[in-house]
Amino acid sequence: MKIRLAYTLPLLLSLLASTAAQAVEYSQLLADKSSLGFSYRQMNVPMDGSFKRFKAQLAFDPAQPAKASAAFEIEVASIDVGSAEGNSEVSGKLWFNTATHPTARFVSSGIKALGNNRFEVAGKLTIKGKTLDVSTPVSFKADGANGVFEGAFTIKRADYAIGEGMWADFGTVANDVQIKFRLLAAAKK
Amino acid sequence: MSSSRPGSYTRTAIRLHWLLALGLSATLALGFYMSDLPFSPAKLQYYSWHKWAGITLLLLAVFRLGWRLTHPAPAAPAGMPAWQHAASEWTHRLLYLLMLAIPLSGWLMSSAKGVPTVYFGVLPLPDLLERNVELGKQLGQLHGALNFGLLGLVALHAAAALKHYVIDRDEVLGRMLPFLNKA
Repeated sequence: MKIRLAYTLPLLLSLLASTAAQAVEYSQLLADKSSLGFSYRQMNVPMDGSFKRFKAQLAFDPAQPAKASAAFEIEVASIDVGSAEGNSEVSGKLWFNTATHPTARFVSSGIKALGNNRFEVAGKLTIKGKTLDVSTPVSFKADGANGVFEGAFTIKRADYAIGEGMWADFGTVANDVQIKFRLLAAAKK
Repeated sequence: MSSSRPGSYTRTAIRLHWLLALGLSATLALGFYMSDLPFSPAKLQYYSWHKWAGITLLLLAVFRLGWRLTHPAPAAPAGMPAWQHAASEWTHRLLYLLMLAIPLSGWLMSSAKGVPTVYFGVLPLPDLLERNVELGKQLGQLHGALNFGLLGLVALHAAAALKHYVIDRDEVLGRMLPFLNKA
């Protein structure tokens, strides 16, 4: 019995140590290598857009998803829908009203592992002053010293009053908007 | 003179002529109108309708060119001066060229601007170019310039037809408007 323990203890310790070594907490968003885009349908034509500037506070150790958290701040005026005319339109009152609501936010409230390096991230999404619960699947993979987080989820633009008045009808611009993200984050040093 | 030429246009040629005349006028008018509108859902709808119409006109123009190449136009009236022959020949060649080039330039512009065409909101058409905003602007200017060219040529074409009817009093205009020659 004693002999067994003598053999087992170092093994256990080394196992623990190796787990600790693998546990990497990704915490620094590499904004210039990350993208935050969206797609929607306009007259049934698939259209793409993106937000050019956003910040994040991350603490994500794939080995400990329950302790992980993510908070994003998106500069709404950095939107690009593909044309100068479109960009100035969507910054206006009927769309994002960036003068009054310059920032959109996502704050995670719970992250659970789905297995196979996939996670379900729930949180609160605030756009144009309205906060709603959303959740999105996120896949993780290590890319050298960095972590790559990818996912997509769909929101209804009407839920956030994005496109009011003459735009409220979905005949021209559809209600469904898919948010797509690919985030590169470095580990804490 | 080429004796193989028929005395009149086929009924199909006449129908294609007027169908394209009507379609091009309406689509061109919508194009000039919509481009000056403030951004609105209506504007986006008009752009889609304009693109659907443009693709339809492109298909019709291709069919019409094929028809014209296989069904020669009737011979010009005897005694028409050579310069008028040449002018007529080249006006018609340019009109056919523009009927193809105008919708094609619009399609290229749409592709370059990153707004694909979904024909009647159902059939996605392939993008002819990679997205390139600057090229899109230039193609937009070309699309507009070609349309002014079309307006000029159509004015010349109509003036020549009226000249044949009013001054020469021959049957050239009646070949496209058969009721005139019946009288």
